[in-house]
Amino acid sequence: MRIQLFITVVCVVVTLEVVLRSAPANGPALCNTCPPGFELTDANLCKLRSLYQQYESGQGDDPGVGGLKTALPAVRDGFTPQQIDLGRYLFFDPVLSGDGTVSCATCHQPAKGFSDGLKTSVGLHNTKLKRAAPSLWNVAFYKKFFWDARATSLEEQMTGPLYSADEMGTTREQLLKTLNGIAPYRDMFEEAFPDRASGAIRLDEIYTAITAFESSLISLNSRYDQYAHGYPEALNKAEIEGLNIFRSFVARCAECHTPPLFTNQQVAVIGLAPPEGSAFDPGAQETFHDASLRGAFKVPSLRNIDRTAPYTHAGRFDSLREMMTFYSAGRGHEAPRNEKLHIHWHIWEPKLTDYEMDRLVDFVKTLTDESFMPRAPETVPSGLAIDKNTDQKTQASLSPTTH
Amino acid sequence: MKTAKRVLLVVAIFAIGIYCGKLFFGRGSDIPAPVPTYFSESAQPGDSVGVGAGTVTGKIIEVKNGSSIQEAVGKANPGDLIRIYPGVYHETVYIDKDNISLQGVIVNGEWPTLDGEKKQNDAILYSGNGVLVENLKITNYKGNGIMGQAGNNYVIRNNWIVDTGVYGIFPQFGKNGLVERNILTGIEDAAIYIGMCDNVDVRFNEVYGNVAGIEIENSRHALVEYNYAHDNTGGILAFLTPGLPIKTCYDVIIRNNYVYHNNTKNFGAVGSTVSHIPKGTGMLIMAADDITIENNIVTGNDNAGITITDYGYAGVDHASDPESEPNSDRITLLDNFMSNNGADPVADVKTIMMTKLSKLGPDIIAVGGGVGSCVINPGRYRTFGLDAYANCQARDTRSVKTYLLNKPVTPRITASMEKGRMTYYGVCSGCHAYSTRLVGPPVNTIQAMYKNNAQGIVDFIAHPVHKRDDYPEMPPQNYLTTETRKAVAEYMLSITK
Repeated sequence: MRIQLFITVVCVVVTLEVVLRSAPANGPALCNTCPPGFELTDANLCKLRSLYQQYESGQGDDPGVGGLKTALPAVRDGFTPQQIDLGRYLFFDPVLSGDGTVSCATCHQPAKGFSDGLKTSVGLHNTKLKRAAPSLWNVAFYKKFFWDARATSLEEQMTGPLYSADEMGTTREQLLKTLNGIAPYRDMFEEAFPDRASGAIRLDEIYTAITAFESSLISLNSRYDQYAHGYPEALNKAEIEGLNIFRSFVARCAECHTPPLFTNQQVAVIGLAPPEGSAFDPGAQETFHDASLRGAFKVPSLRNIDRTAPYTHAGRFDSLREMMTFYSAGRGHEAPRNEKLHIHWHIWEPKLTDYEMDRLVDFVKTLTDESFMPRAPETVPSGLAIDKNTDQKTQASLSPTTH
Repeated sequence: MKTAKRVLLVVAIFAIGIYCGKLFFGRGSDIPAPVPTYFSESAQPGDSVGVGAGTVTGKIIEVKNGSSIQEAVGKANPGDLIRIYPGVYHETVYIDKDNISLQGVIVNGEWPTLDGEKKQNDAILYSGNGVLVENLKITNYKGNGIMGQAGNNYVIRNNWIVDTGVYGIFPQFGKNGLVERNILTGIEDAAIYIGMCDNVDVRFNEVYGNVAGIEIENSRHALVEYNYAHDNTGGILAFLTPGLPIKTCYDVIIRNNYVYHNNTKNFGAVGSTVSHIPKGTGMLIMAADDITIENNIVTGNDNAGITITDYGYAGVDHASDPESEPNSDRITLLDNFMSNNGADPVADVKTIMMTKLSKLGPDIIAVGGGVGSCVINPGRYRTFGLDAYANCQARDTRSVKTYLLNKPVTPRITASMEKGRMTYYGVCSGCHAYSTRLVGPPVNTIQAMYKNNAQGIVDFIAHPVHKRDDYPEMPPQNYLTTETRKAVAEYMLSITK
């Protein structure tokens, strides 16, 4: 049975009360408890707890890839509840952009799997961007960011959109000036970073807080996970058939979309044609200055994939079924003829039947879990309106159900 | 008196029967699983000590012709043995549980056979730890014969695998495994493919008529010994493949193998790594490190007996990976018997031969980069590219008996309190906080309701009923085992913040 549950994160309620009671000059009180999925330690740090922590990865260097009962890769945790909550305000606040119209949540909308439902994202002044907004679920485990793997930390990643003229269009100077000019933010930063002598908000604190929030977006309680932890009834017959096709060496999905994160965090060339009217995107070739990586992109996680259509770095496919057809249709079948691509060896011609592709879709839809969905703030300290797209009231069930 | 004797005799026969029954079907962990005499092993002490698989502590489930192996797996609990009798089984068997043994029973030479009829993808998929698969004939699948994904402590032995598609036996991401006494043929990639594994012994197998016989890829601590690799395109391979999440392949010992006449035309799929292997390849080391090759008979391989290469020379069409070091470093070539290799080498090898004005191809050829390699007494072989190889300090690998661990890999957390903690924060905290309401009631309210009654929580969360109008009905947590529910209930009652 499905139950409509709307998460009412307690911090929001507390925050609202504080906002209503006190003058706007005082920042909203920051949450002093950890988000779901995290345990608060005596040192006031939020540490991730997951059923996956009962397993060993096998490999000594802890890559966190493999079958069902496998350890996760090393996680980015250990932020304070206050830093995470401050990051939440910053994430939803359009004041971070040059003209106050775009927030992180504009392209990373909670209700759309922290993506935006567009083929490629739209930035400042309706600028059409080159690539699709990736989901933010489980970024705490990632070692590389952006489709072309050009950043190695969330802090480094966010400087891309923040300071890109086409995306959020601010500058370091403007960002500092803006935030330091908002009294509630000054209070909140002081609360979130108590060790520093009071003073101006610093860039690294902004990055840390947003990283802290993004790292709290954990999705590991899907029906698939229930199955993986040892409850076979969590998946129905069609979904288990799909799982077996997914991990079979005919379809080979699990070779790159490796559990438990459903990505092996590598870059791969799968031989997609560019969208009509667009030039071929060189992808990771530019990051690594290596022609053999032309057209290579990061393998995206399939967690919450049902929420993040359209698919691929350029939104080439509107449905999961079309995506399956692409993989089944033969190695390099749509690669531009004038491109010399080193297509990944797992891209071959598996000749999947329609039945098998349908079952694959059934299976990947079991990877949906939004039980730890954070709530957007009702208001942000800048007083700017929050993008209505970030409203989560349209969302379906947030609770993992058994069928 | 006669009657009494008869009764006594009946009782005695009964007792012997019970004794035998216990002997064969007993539950004690010290009693080995019944093995058909046909394949009875002369188990040496220390043979698979530490693998743990195949230790039968539970019940025996029998599968007869016409019934389903998967159904038996569904019924099995950890520690159970599933015995499969002769017959033909058309199915994909998946094992997502720990400590399950699948054992074929071969009767009068008649094998239990898994036949995929070229319609099914894989014969056996496992993800559980401690899985054993033995005495099965597997044929006509499209993907794999036996594929493991992250199962540790595995044993795969005495299987007869004929044309199962891409791989025959493919443990992936597994630690501590034994692959022995299998016979494999007709595989379009590697017959035995050890992928991204650690601590594995591959021994006493026969591989023939495959593109690759045995491939150790991106794995560490592998012992490949006493195998017979013949009439493949390539006999025994050790690779570091770029673009995989495991970035190293090292510490592989290849010894005492018979690598003969691997001259079969390459029938690998376009784009696969092995499709680039020239026919006539005895052994191939590509970008792997710390490989020791000792006491092998390598003969009649028409391209080269042993090829040592980096990515560049191998002609592999993969995108490069800045994190994968492309050279074969620290290759140790100890005593080997090599003869009659290189009778019909490929053009690239011929080019190298011309530099030495040789009409005969190599026993051993090393091309591309690499440091720290050595060879004992190279003058007895026809070699190319070994000029920089030193004389080896090591003389043999006798000190290494096995790369299996001396005890099974164990799960990380065993304490039930830890399991309770992981479950509470990992699952329950989505709806319950300590003293405030999220979706469900606060934990301190629950503590007041269930004081000293963890069992009450264990029962309720498996089958919740709607209790309060001001709260939504709780979704059932019956996917958690009773043990986990107990652990989390106790943890929930113990916390104070």
